[in-house]
Amino acid sequence: MSARWHPRAVRPAGGLPLVLWFYMRLSAVAMLGLVVGHLYIMHVVTSTDVIDFQFVAQRFRGPFWRAYDLLILVFALSHGLIGLRGILDDYVHHRGWRVAAEIALWIVGAAFAGLGALVLFTVQFPPGT
Amino acid sequence: MLAWVLHRITGVAVLLFLFAHIVETSMLGLGPDAYNRTLELYRQPWFKPLEFLLVAAVLYHAGNGIMVMILDFWPAATRVYRRIFWIGAGAYVLVLLPVAYLMLGKVVGLR
Repeated sequence: MSARWHPRAVRPAGGLPLVLWFYMRLSAVAMLGLVVGHLYIMHVVTSTDVIDFQFVAQRFRGPFWRAYDLLILVFALSHGLIGLRGILDDYVHHRGWRVAAEIALWIVGAAFAGLGALVLFTVQFPPGT
Repeated sequence: MLAWVLHRITGVAVLLFLFAHIVETSMLGLGPDAYNRTLELYRQPWFKPLEFLLVAAVLYHAGNGIMVMILDFWPAATRVYRRIFWIGAGAYVLVLLPVAYLMLGKVVGLR
């Protein structure tokens, strides 16, 4: 059934495809709690109307929420990029273009990972905020 | 098949939002004014339905992902696939109703 449901859902025989197959499931399970918690706190209970610099300054005072957000950043970005790589595999048939698309994907991915991590590790808040 | 198409669409949509979210959050480094001005986007009335769609897309992707993993690691579940599907669909609607009320209630004047 899962084969009929989605060709990629079939477990690969081995090698990198199998590692990625497991990683997609591992990161998914990790994100079930992390992302649902994030959505609940930041979008459902707290309206985005009241989130501002002050709110984030309070939130990022200690290391807990920075670490929490870093975990989401790493899992969500890698899970999304690997997923997009699978989609490129399906729709870009010419080998050269597929390699080019994948290189572009990892460059863009590395840029966003770097920017996100830079903020979480380095952002400082002025005293009094 | 439809479940799989929706899984792809929601996956790409959430990834695109994640890109935007990283850029928006990086405005923290430019100080309070730049960050607060960026967050004005979230306060626009037209953004509220999109924000709800984002939550709905993430929850769909998560629910359908759980479904995929059930079928991956417990092949016998294929025999009761239909029943699991409807239980999942029901749970999705039940979760989404209060979320819609909390996120959109103010916009439509319900609360």
